[in-house]
Amino acid sequence: MAHKEMTHSPEETHGSFKAYTLGFVFSIVLTVIPIAIVMNGWLEGRANAIMLMVFAVLQLAIQLLFFMHLREEKKPRYNLISLVFGLVILLVIVAGSMWIMMYNMVAV
Amino acid sequence: MWEKVKSFASEFFVTGDPLIYGADVSIALTLIALVSVLTYFKKWKWLWKEWLTTVDHKKIGIMYILSAFLMLFRGGVDALLMRLQLAVPELDFLLPDHYNQIFTTHGVIMILFMAMPFMFGLFNVMVPLQIGARDVAYPFLNALSFWLFFFGAMLFNLSFVIGGSPDAGWLAYPPYSELMYNPGPGQDFYIWGIQISGIGSLMTGINFIATILKMRAPGMKLMKMPMFSWSVLSSCIAIIFSFPILTATLALLFLDRYGGAHFFTLDGGGNPMMYINLIWMWGHPEVYIIVLPAFGIFSEIVATFSKKKLFGYKSMVYAMMIISLLSFLVWAHHFFTMGTGANVNAFFALTTMLIAIPTGAKVFNWLFTMFRGKITFETPMLWTIGFIPCFVTGGLTGVLLSVAPADFQFHNSYFLVAHFHHVIIGGVVFGYFAGLYYWWPKMFGFKLNERIGKWAFWFWNIGFYLCFMPQYVLGLMGMTRRVFSYGWDKGWGDLNLVSTIGAFLMGIAFLFQVWQIAHGVKHRKDNLDKTGDPWKHGRTLEWSIASPAPHYNFAVLPQVTEQDEWWEEKLRKKQGQFVPAAPKKLEPIHMPRNSGIPIIISAFFFVAGFGFVFHWTWFIIAGLAGVAACMVAHSFNYDTDYYIPVDEIERTEAESRVTN
Repeated sequence: MAHKEMTHSPEETHGSFKAYTLGFVFSIVLTVIPIAIVMNGWLEGRANAIMLMVFAVLQLAIQLLFFMHLREEKKPRYNLISLVFGLVILLVIVAGSMWIMMYNMVAV
Repeated sequence: MWEKVKSFASEFFVTGDPLIYGADVSIALTLIALVSVLTYFKKWKWLWKEWLTTVDHKKIGIMYILSAFLMLFRGGVDALLMRLQLAVPELDFLLPDHYNQIFTTHGVIMILFMAMPFMFGLFNVMVPLQIGARDVAYPFLNALSFWLFFFGAMLFNLSFVIGGSPDAGWLAYPPYSELMYNPGPGQDFYIWGIQISGIGSLMTGINFIATILKMRAPGMKLMKMPMFSWSVLSSCIAIIFSFPILTATLALLFLDRYGGAHFFTLDGGGNPMMYINLIWMWGHPEVYIIVLPAFGIFSEIVATFSKKKLFGYKSMVYAMMIISLLSFLVWAHHFFTMGTGANVNAFFALTTMLIAIPTGAKVFNWLFTMFRGKITFETPMLWTIGFIPCFVTGGLTGVLLSVAPADFQFHNSYFLVAHFHHVIIGGVVFGYFAGLYYWWPKMFGFKLNERIGKWAFWFWNIGFYLCFMPQYVLGLMGMTRRVFSYGWDKGWGDLNLVSTIGAFLMGIAFLFQVWQIAHGVKHRKDNLDKTGDPWKHGRTLEWSIASPAPHYNFAVLPQVTEQDEWWEEKLRKKQGQFVPAAPKKLEPIHMPRNSGIPIIISAFFFVAGFGFVFHWTWFIIAGLAGVAACMVAHSFNYDTDYYIPVDEIERTEAESRVTN
């Protein structure tokens, strides 16, 4: 306990109680809404898919901002590089899978 | 009551096969022997305090490597059993079911529970020493990673004697791995064994990226970092982006089996091809994850034993980074025959071929490093030189496989089996052996016998070519993978026999290595490494400290100015230009405290996993509750670190310090 300040310099904050609570509430809300949409069958087809995607992306943003402290780093370069690389891989996975699975000569 | 117990036991334990009874007996005997030896020598407390609860990266590394060797033995025995069954046509040594289980466990164990921990062991042992750090970035997490791997591997191995092994191949393609065709617990053992150890792998990836980016010694710019550390960085980047895909894929398969979902069942509206698509998005980066550190090891060894600077340092770095990016763009070459259009196949054929370019650049760099160097042929260098022709030819057959139309011929044949064993044994296994021999004196403080090591090398190499070269031919003759028997009329008998002989030569080579280690331990007093630089031409920082390294690694953090700092310093000394910096005052060193939580929490994960395998809800609840309790306990533990006082550092340094 005595040497706790040695491991983290004081200016590197790890978020406030308020930020964590907000993040928690947001992420619960963003989980409950899509569940409600699916369970009650409010939307169908394309509209349904798009809404779910939108909520997923919002959820991702909430996680990054409130729990991963995306804004609070002093030197954000590594964060930016890894975020961009992560998005590239995400694009490869989603777009690549759709390309591979939808242009299947056997399935058609 | 007794009848109930009996019927439970006959379902719970695997029965009816003499091989498995043999395994039961040997497991029981080993356990009894271990417990009694530990009790007799009163070593329980020592084991707990020094090893099981350690957060020292060097000890964790040694435990990783030890586990990897045990798993190499198990996976190797699997391989020999398969080769025995295939040695002669129409043999009845293994039953088909048993054969399926053996090739499945062989693959899983060799990749996930042998290559991965071996690699993590080398990461742990050497990366902090190479970059002049006192520990990894998150020592507690590091211990947790190890124990998660360990218990995951144990859960997987348990399937052999309890419940029954998985038998759907090492990547568990649906529909074989779905409940309908695979109702036993084997496939659940597979899912949870990999899932639990996979969390550990992901955390190791994060840990080493943070270590390398944040904890380098002052002055060590990224472009002055030793090549092995670079390879670890590139491999870890691939780990943290690919392992989540594996986790998600196996979670979907688990939902199919456990929750009645239909992600991959065709009749339920799912698509089994999606599983194959997803699993190779992890599976292909995975093979680069394990081979990149081997490239780093070879780079270090080639420079050390040629006594020259590594040729083309920057191109090596870029090549590795490009490989770790490209590894994410090639996965479809594993299922060219799935029936996607020509465009898809052409794209993935091209990206696959592209990888040969940076790899080729690396091979030329190693060759140019050797060119006009004063090469000596100690065992690490021998493995490196053995690797080059092996990996080049193995890589060439890989390029053949990447030609999509030709792949329709090679697909699922022994040609493919030969290819991936060629690159994975020739690249990964040879690389890790080279690294183990190279760094052994640094890890344990004594050198191994070179003569026995050379015997092991030659047996491995000759056995290797004898085993896999015939398999290329067999593949072209039409022998498909995963066949458990074949007829006399096929004409595959002679080549298979040769292949089996080769496999057994590799088994003998393994025995040589065990002997070499036993011999080394026995005669360690005669072969002590007193200088800390046993190969005499060490280049990087790990050779600048005593062997084995004190638990705080560096008494004073080194100041780095050059690429191969230790080599340059020796040069400066030789030329009389060495200006010893004013001896820095020793300061108390901040160290993490040991913790029992990693092993306990992992044991609870094991319990939960076991519960999931047998669908025992109370077991799952107990396990997960234990996990949660450990997390709470750890978050309230404020006594996580301590300082080593200066006089203790002085004492340790005086004991281990040597004049170099």
